[in-house]
Amino acid sequence: MVSAEGLRHAYGAVVALDDVSFTLGPGHTLAIFGPNGAGKTTLLRVLAGLVRPNGGSARVAGGRHAIGWIDHQSHLYGDLSVRENLEFWATLYGVPRAARAPRATALVKRLGLAARADTPVRTLSRGLMQRAAIARALIHEPPVLLLDEPFTGLDLAAAAELRALLAELRGAGRVVVLTTHNVDEGVELASDVAFQHRGRFVAFGPRGTRSAAEIAAAYRQAVRTDDA
Amino acid sequence: MTLLAKGRAITLLGLCGLVGVYVRALAFTPVERVQGLAQKIYYLHVPAAIWAETAMIFVGLAGAFYLFLKDERLDRFAASSAEVGTVFATIVLTTGPIWGKPIWGTWWTWDARLTSTLLLFFVYVGYLLLRAAVVDPFLRSRYAAVLGICGMFLVPFIHFSVYLFRTLHPGPIVLKPSAPSLPAPMLVTWAVSVAVFTVLYVGFVTQRYALAVRGAAPERGEAGPG
Amino acid sequence: MRETLREAWTIARKDLVLEFRTRTALLSAFVFTALVLTVFYFGRDPTAVATIDLAPSILWVTFTFAAMLALNRAFQLELEHGALDGLLVSPLSRPGLYLGKLVANLAFVALIEAVGLPLFVLFFDVPVWPVLLPLLGVMALATTGFVAVGTLFSAMVIRMRFAELMLPVLLLPFLFPPLLGAVQITARLFGGRPLSEAGGWLRLLAAYDILFVSLATLLFRHTVDE
Repeated sequence: MVSAEGLRHAYGAVVALDDVSFTLGPGHTLAIFGPNGAGKTTLLRVLAGLVRPNGGSARVAGGRHAIGWIDHQSHLYGDLSVRENLEFWATLYGVPRAARAPRATALVKRLGLAARADTPVRTLSRGLMQRAAIARALIHEPPVLLLDEPFTGLDLAAAAELRALLAELRGAGRVVVLTTHNVDEGVELASDVAFQHRGRFVAFGPRGTRSAAEIAAAYRQAVRTDDA
Repeated sequence: MTLLAKGRAITLLGLCGLVGVYVRALAFTPVERVQGLAQKIYYLHVPAAIWAETAMIFVGLAGAFYLFLKDERLDRFAASSAEVGTVFATIVLTTGPIWGKPIWGTWWTWDARLTSTLLLFFVYVGYLLLRAAVVDPFLRSRYAAVLGICGMFLVPFIHFSVYLFRTLHPGPIVLKPSAPSLPAPMLVTWAVSVAVFTVLYVGFVTQRYALAVRGAAPERGEAGPG
Repeated sequence: MRETLREAWTIARKDLVLEFRTRTALLSAFVFTALVLTVFYFGRDPTAVATIDLAPSILWVTFTFAAMLALNRAFQLELEHGALDGLLVSPLSRPGLYLGKLVANLAFVALIEAVGLPLFVLFFDVPVWPVLLPLLGVMALATTGFVAVGTLFSAMVIRMRFAELMLPVLLLPFLFPPLLGAVQITARLFGGRPLSEAGGWLRLLAAYDILFVSLATLLFRHTVDE
């Protein structure tokens, strides 16, 4: 459903993607670990169709309609309410008119935003804003989720809630690709893990039964080997 | 021979040609009866105006091809052509007043050719400012291409609007449907001058292009794999 | 085509809702228009120049300056929380986005003009009623042209340093043909002369609109996509 084949990209002399290839089938969740500047964000932007790579190709089954995308910005309009934002994005994604309002209502309820659904997004706290951003990404019920550092800025409770939500979404056969620089976050969600360093996937494979600590150790090992 | 050396050689040839044009213009071409010696500047003014405009067309065409082919050589050529076009527009804008003072009795007039060249000059300046204002080289190339294409299409509109606006510029003398009204010796001098300016354009652009290649090498020449 | 128009309407409606919700930009533009008209009234010698002779230029310079304010904010409001990236990831087509922005900008400028015109009539005592319909037609023709180019350029300047300064520098040469045409036609209307006398100008405005709306729709994706 989501695949990359020999992706290469560079910003000037900075290599962001170096021969990245992988394939993910339905129900798979890929967690990409890597330090800042490893090229994780670029990879998601290429998958989302925002960046045309210098080389190689990326494919998401279903194209733009199929993608739900979360990054460090909320992509919401500060002067519209949460509900208005959700209905606007639902319209853009071609959600049928009759389904827009019920879906928005269900989402704000699911994400604990019901009390603030009709206030302007501008007035929301950082954590609530992030929830609204998640609701925005889910409004068209995308089969593919691209999440760039989704846990950044969330407190412990909210992060736990997001993990629960992601586990639920994964259950519905979705493909999730998420990036993080913190191995502890998101590892329990992942069916597959990849370590990205200087644009390259230094390791990629199923998580198996490895614990977070084992993966963290493997990650440090992989990055060190790559540097040597 | 490097590209830069070639450009220098062509430019030198053009400059020699320019000297030749002026020797011919001053010594072997009759003095115009009404305008006197001031008319001699015409051999500099009109070819420069023609090439200032043609350079804009090339900027636009190179931009259009760049958007399809994403070949940075096209972008480099567009930038070079724009800079040379700016120089030629400046020549028109300075020789115009020098000619205008003795003939029209005023330094600046809003005649058709001066006005349209002035606007063209502003388009060029905007184009060069835009190139300077965008840091990312790929974004810069795309933006420059978009502006260049728009500039190319603006040229006929500027022409037509200043034509609709009254003009006191001498009407077209050479390029008009009936036979040219310029006496044969003047016409020959003029034609030679256009040819010389063509050589100058090619020379300047080649040099500028070669310098751009040299300047770009660390910036994007080795930008990465693929 | 239908799909593109539907998308354009979604974008335009969202922009207008945002505009009316904050109202700051709209109100500032109204005040700006009133101020410019006031300044123009006193920026001339009433004993030497009849108001009616200056009126067309005053009207159009005011409108173009006010439009420039509107254009600057068009893409600015997409940057606040990175909404533009969200739009680009969504299935929204690039022509749909461009046309939506164009419609929103046109509505914004039309509102400014709707407030500016009565003020202008009030301040300068111009006999506008007999020529109201043709005048509105000219306003629509000229405004469409320069807002079309301005919308395209405003998408580029948001990613540059000194965006507020870059937009006028890039845009003003492109305003020349529609502005000149609008002033000439308006002057003939106020002078009580038949519109047929301005046939050349009307054709110029129409050609400008058709060319630059199509060109900008085609080129727009190169200003937003990486």
